[in-house]
Amino acid sequence: MSGAQATRAASGAQATRSEVCAVALADALRGSGERLVSCFGLAPQVGARLAKLSFEPDLLLTDGICSLLAEAQPISGPRAPDGPDAPEPVVEGWLPFRSVFDLLWNGRRHVVMVASQIDRHGNQNFACIGPHPKPKAQLLGMRGAPGNTIHHRTSYWIPNHSPKVFVEQVDVVSGVGYDRAAALGPQSARFHDIHRVVSNLGVFDFETPERRMRLRSRHPGVSAQEIAQQTGFELAPNAEEAPETRAPAAEELRLIREFIDPEGRANSEVREVRG
Amino acid sequence: MADKRSSESEAVAELRDGMTLGIGGWGSRRKPMSLVRELLRSPVKDLTLVSYGGPEVGLLCRYGKVKRLIYGFVSLDSIPLEPHFRAVRQAGAVEARELDEGMLQWGLYAAALRLPFLPTRAGLGSDVMRINPELKLVKSPYADGEELVAMPALELDAAFIHMNRADAAGNGQYLGPDFYFDDLYCMAAKRRFMSCEKLVETRELLAGGALQTLRINRSMVDGVIEAPGGAHFTECPPDYGRDETFQREYAATAKDEDAWRRFRAGWLDVSEAEYQARVQAR
Repeated sequence: MSGAQATRAASGAQATRSEVCAVALADALRGSGERLVSCFGLAPQVGARLAKLSFEPDLLLTDGICSLLAEAQPISGPRAPDGPDAPEPVVEGWLPFRSVFDLLWNGRRHVVMVASQIDRHGNQNFACIGPHPKPKAQLLGMRGAPGNTIHHRTSYWIPNHSPKVFVEQVDVVSGVGYDRAAALGPQSARFHDIHRVVSNLGVFDFETPERRMRLRSRHPGVSAQEIAQQTGFELAPNAEEAPETRAPAAEELRLIREFIDPEGRANSEVREVRG
Repeated sequence: MADKRSSESEAVAELRDGMTLGIGGWGSRRKPMSLVRELLRSPVKDLTLVSYGGPEVGLLCRYGKVKRLIYGFVSLDSIPLEPHFRAVRQAGAVEARELDEGMLQWGLYAAALRLPFLPTRAGLGSDVMRINPELKLVKSPYADGEELVAMPALELDAAFIHMNRADAAGNGQYLGPDFYFDDLYCMAAKRRFMSCEKLVETRELLAGGALQTLRINRSMVDGVIEAPGGAHFTECPPDYGRDETFQREYAATAKDEDAWRRFRAGWLDVSEAEYQARVQAR
């Protein structure tokens, strides 16, 4: 371990915002069991590895190409030249794209996607901004979002919480939200399950009677007022003030800092809290 | 067995304006780029392009060859957004039939099996249904009565794919980690052209990899083109990785007319042999 890494690992209780988010994303995977976890973004990759190394050992993770790896590896990859010393990865399975679609339609998957826009019902857009025939900004495209959201549990990671992302109405629906799922009827929507939205400010769920987005917890140092100001729609009301997102345990910080992400790459995804 | 050895120019000579062309590979991975480069040099236009898109989509769009694009995404992998594709989309210059990735597979599979459609849940509730108004629903005829998307067959006039190894009869072998959807593109198409890194004797195929790497059999292929470096600058493992430096240079040409003119003159307005010689000389 380098001097800087040792200092960071030893700095103990003070978790970065990215680490809080990664732990919240790991918590979002609780109960997933023997399911494939696919992640967009760095904090979800840290969270998935953390979950596998601690409370969800049966999760299936890939190498980012098409091998299933038996053990969690650093996010920089098992053989990154600047990575830490890691054991040779044990490959436990093969998952080419052809099998990915089979697996996800079969439902044994929890995907954590990103969103350029998301609304109160959990409709997500990362396809384009503006009208689809001639968008102002072409983004990723539909990718697998329509199929993912209608077939298996989906969560979202949003590292830049703002009214431009949490919007009244998304320009294009790539990931299906609860209002649209309800309109399809209980049969077609029976596998639809938007579980958590984790942003750099807090954790959100849809556990209200109308399945509207609700603040589940505020990250340490963030007020409910700040979250409301940064959200372009009205969140579902909380009966009581939302609690703080739990702080990472010392062992979780050790795993993140010494093994999963020793270079602290995921920290660059989230603007660090002032003060 | 018939000798199906062919050339990029013979393959492209079979294309006509307005045809539907499927291109194998995935993103910036194992794309039949030598065939694409030949197509860029041809007068063919108004194509409907079906692809898990990579740089071939950006290039063909930049050349104005694409009228309609049927895709789930267009990406350079290490560069998530394909810049030339973004530019034509933001100019509204192509008809964009954007699908869920799995729906695209289903459309190819339906065409491969000569079915009019295959049912799927993917697309329900999303704007895939709004931006592809021709998509229809189908109701299960069984007791469940479930409503599903009837993903129509994506019938192709022609398909281009690139393999690691092949023989002259049209048997193809992939040696990388993923076979993608290349067999489906071939089976969905009327005319099928396969380029390969190396043409080998049939008896040599199994020396290169296990039985299940022989994903393409000769009934799926009309023409075989030996094209060493034919997937450049996309990756073609284990023969070579992606040429990331080249890809970055390509991507940078989207916002710089002068850079694009230089890139085109240096890399695209030249023969494939000259292209490969210049790649070697870099």
